[in-house]
Amino acid sequence: MTADVSPGGLVLPSYGRPRGVHPPLDSSGYRSTALRHPKQPLVLLPQRLTEVTGPLLGADLISPTDSDLTMQHAGEPQGQRITLAGRVLDSGGRPIPDTLVEIWQTNASGRYRHAREHHPAPLDPNFTGVGRAMTDAGGNYRFITIVPGAYPWGNHHNAWRPAHIHFSLFGRAFTQRLVTQMYFPGDPLQPIDPIFNSVPDPKARQRMVAEFDIDLTQPEWALGYRWDIVLRGPQSTVFESEVDGE
Amino acid sequence: MTEEITPSQTVGPFFAMRLPWPDGPFVVPADTPGAITIVGRLYDGAGNVIPDGLVETWQADPAGRFAHPDDPRGPSAAGYASFRGFGRCPTAPDGSYRIVTLKPGPLPAPDAGQGATEAPHLDVTVFARGLLDRLVTRLYFPDAPAANEADPVLVSIGDAGRRDTLIARAEPAELAEPADPTGPGTVLRFDIRLQGDGETVFFDV
Repeated sequence: MTADVSPGGLVLPSYGRPRGVHPPLDSSGYRSTALRHPKQPLVLLPQRLTEVTGPLLGADLISPTDSDLTMQHAGEPQGQRITLAGRVLDSGGRPIPDTLVEIWQTNASGRYRHAREHHPAPLDPNFTGVGRAMTDAGGNYRFITIVPGAYPWGNHHNAWRPAHIHFSLFGRAFTQRLVTQMYFPGDPLQPIDPIFNSVPDPKARQRMVAEFDIDLTQPEWALGYRWDIVLRGPQSTVFESEVDGE
Repeated sequence: MTEEITPSQTVGPFFAMRLPWPDGPFVVPADTPGAITIVGRLYDGAGNVIPDGLVETWQADPAGRFAHPDDPRGPSAAGYASFRGFGRCPTAPDGSYRIVTLKPGPLPAPDAGQGATEAPHLDVTVFARGLLDRLVTRLYFPDAPAANEADPVLVSIGDAGRRDTLIARAEPAELAEPADPTGPGTVLRFDIRLQGDGETVFFDV
């Protein structure tokens, strides 16, 4: 791992600051951003000990059925069964092992199991829609679930969210924390969804879309989708120590 | 080989299905000697409370160490077995959150000058519907004025009024909410205003 050598002798990794990848906090197409984005510019926070470390949440939070969302109830949920697998990497292409991956999603009819959810679609008594897994030594994660449904929301007239699965990732440093959404290929709602399109770069948007994978597909059982997640990594080149006043 | 990073998206309104785990707000068990409670509310730009936010905290232990391989000084010799450094609390219908923890120690910041230290602080992340990327802020302690005065991050914020948005306030015991297991005098208030009057300082980390 490359490291930033500080003058006082503490050797800490240094994480790149991505520009132009994440959505702007003020994103007019998504109405809820209007009153929730800061108006003042963000202040640059040097990466010191608190930022380059982070919670290494472990397997004690995980039970065996947490990664199989079709096995959390007495019966099997309705919907298209899928295996969803991929790797968690950093921007240097290095796998991130032993890191917690959390997901949540609607059921097959587009309904979340949540008290404030008012979409008049049926709940599925056999589906909660929440999963957890740890990546293995190679950064691999794997869930078994069902394809979530699209659902209406109040952002504008006739607004529908494309099918998606929420992902929460920790990596190994506070700087790497990421919450995002995974989408499915070929969904006609993506081009008209303000949240998907809040990501300014079209190529970056496509990095949120999983790939159908026939090799991951299991005969007579389940379709396979593959999605790799890339978190900020320690700098891939060696930088000079920051000089005071620079 | 380099990879392009994955963009952020909003946590949305429905993470509370089960993302918060029951002991999430407890960085340490409430009966830990020296435990403090941090309470606060999350507000939007109209001054309304945000009932669907998620607050996460990350911090050093009382000796100023991290049990993490990238802390080159290694973990505390004393050991804080029940201390996990990480707290997570969804906001309630009244916009409130609470974290039970131990006050962290100061941290060396040699890049900021000979003998420089960062004052005790928590790094705080806010997620919510309407936030397309996380917001990062810091909580500092009101009983460390000299350390705060010398803290390189606080110093970097020129405006004193803005700087004060990062310093928690001691909460009078009678105003502590809800009934606090850690006892009087140990409750700190840290409200977070996403926009407008008294807007909290947020960081590009």
